[in-house]
Amino acid sequence: MVDTGLPIRVVLAKLGLDGHDRGLKVVARMLRDAGMEVVYLGLRQTTDNIVAAVEQEDADVVGISMHNAGHLTLGPLIVKALGEAGLAVPVVIGGIVPDADLPELEAAGVAAVLGPGASVEEVVTTVRSAAGRDGST
Amino acid sequence: MEAPEPGAGSSAVAELAGASRSGDRRATARLLSLVERGGDPADEVASATQAHVGEAHVVGITGAPGSGKSTITNSLTTLLAEAGRRPAVLAVDPSSPLTGGAILGDRVRMSGASEAGVFIRSMATRGHAGGLALAVPGAVRVLDAAGFDPVVVETVGVGQVEVDVTAAADTTVVVVAPGWGDAVQANKAGLLEVADLFVVNKADRPGATDARRNLDLMLDLSTAITRPGTGRPSITMTTATEGDGIGELAAAVAGHLDLLCEGGELGQRREKRRIAEVRAHLEHLLAGAADEALTTEGLQPVQASESPMMAARRLARKLLG
Ligand code: B12
Ligand SMILES: Nc1nc2c(ncn2[C@@H]2O[C@H](COP(=O)(O)OP(=O)(O)O)[C@@H](O)[C@H]2O)c(=O)[nH]1
Ligand SMILES: [Mg+2]
Repeated sequence: MVDTGLPIRVVLAKLGLDGHDRGLKVVARMLRDAGMEVVYLGLRQTTDNIVAAVEQEDADVVGISMHNAGHLTLGPLIVKALGEAGLAVPVVIGGIVPDADLPELEAAGVAAVLGPGASVEEVVTTVRSAAGRDGST
Repeated sequence: MEAPEPGAGSSAVAELAGASRSGDRRATARLLSLVERGGDPADEVASATQAHVGEAHVVGITGAPGSGKSTITNSLTTLLAEAGRRPAVLAVDPSSPLTGGAILGDRVRMSGASEAGVFIRSMATRGHAGGLALAVPGAVRVLDAAGFDPVVVETVGVGQVEVDVTAAADTTVVVVAPGWGDAVQANKAGLLEVADLFVVNKADRPGATDARRNLDLMLDLSTAITRPGTGRPSITMTTATEGDGIGELAAAVAGHLDLLCEGGELGQRREKRRIAEVRAHLEHLLAGAADEALTTEGLQPVQASESPMMAARRLARKLLG
């Protein structure tokens, strides 16, 4: 079996106190239906928990869903925590992120940001290209 | 550390195995991924780890979806980690047969264990023809060789899978929740055949004592088909969300291992599992060859003049030469 034949593994989580998990669940199904393996962590995760999951699950991408206006703090925090753990795994953020905040997140090393109404294609393509696996599952 | 690519050679894999044994969790995770790939990389991992396996107590936890397997696994491994053990979890869910994708959701209930330092790996079955028997034992060996003990394998118990779990575990725990009485009844033989220990979870819910009584009755009536070696399965009542009864469960699990060791049954079970695993791989290879035979022109697909059985025999003769 060649590398590109393997499913992309994605860890999906919500960080901190933010009860909006509908988007995360929708995204989980989109990615599964695109042939990916989704390790679903759900609500109220700590950065330590997410880093441990990414390491143990040998994940290709981390997806964080944020709706509590904490993205400018938490986004960079998770990127930094992964880096400190020696994990070069791209972070994709979805949820409520004002356009004005995009440059700051990009500068902090966030791979991509998607907002409300993101289509299946957008979600799947974004995760695939973050994983460096464009044009495959 | 970079993941060795397939064919990168056994020295890279041996290096990973060494790192894994000295506690490098990323190395352990990479080895698990190589096992999941199958083929040559999985063989290299098997060679690199085989000298260090056999130490871990492998505990299977099975039962209907929603019965509380993940919550029990969380409480049990947290308790063991706090007592100084080094437990690991392998949480297995089926892949979608249509897309090959999967949602692996067991970690949702395992934040506590994660914080207590338990190593948790979610695993999709990836359409392995032999089910757990193909996907899981190699992964268990990686965790065993990395020094984790016990290795707890959580599997969804539906139909065949609950039987498969015995292909991976020394001790099999079957979880039942109140209200699942009918399912247990319908599944009686399957459950009794695999259970070394029963847990009635959700003891905080009405019907828990009834569930326990029903199990007891079933065990009274059918001692003949319980698993050999360690006698009548005990029944532990738990409220996993509160941690109630988890200490008793830990004691029952440890007690079962003692029984296995005393009677020499542990070695016998492991030998049987080895054979079952070889068989599963063999069936997988033969199934692949059968697919080939039906598509390759060289082997001539089925002819109209033959009965299906005759065609199968003809192809089998050619294949097995
Ligand atoms: C439904 C909803 C709720 C539900 C949540 C139910 C649930 N279990 O999820 C309830 C009623 C509980 C709720 C409560 C609150 N809510 Co509310 N809620 C919404 C609402 C209307 C829709 C959110 C939703 O589910 N959308 C549907 C999903 C599918 O879309 P999505 O999450 O955006 O996800 C898509 C993309 O963003 C992207 N995506 C998302 N995550 C990810 C992850 C990855 C990896 C990728 C690739 C893509 C991706 O892909 C998805 C598919 O397109 C939004 C308004 C809005 N228009 O978004 C407000 C909104 C999010 N809520 C808001 C607020 C303020 C609250 C409350 C604080 C209100 C209050 N004062 O009580 C509480 C807080 C609750 C809590 N504990 O956190 C604000 C947030 C403001 C902000 N961040 O600046 C919003 C924006 C409303 C507003 N305009 O003010 N809410
Ligand atoms: N009331 C009650 N609920 C429980 C108990 N154990 C688990 N649950 C809940 O049952 C649901 C399914 O649990 P989970 O561990 O995911 O089950 P699994 O599918 O068998 O792994 C979750 O909502 C748990 O919180 C318990 O002892 N009592
Ligand atoms: Mg579960």
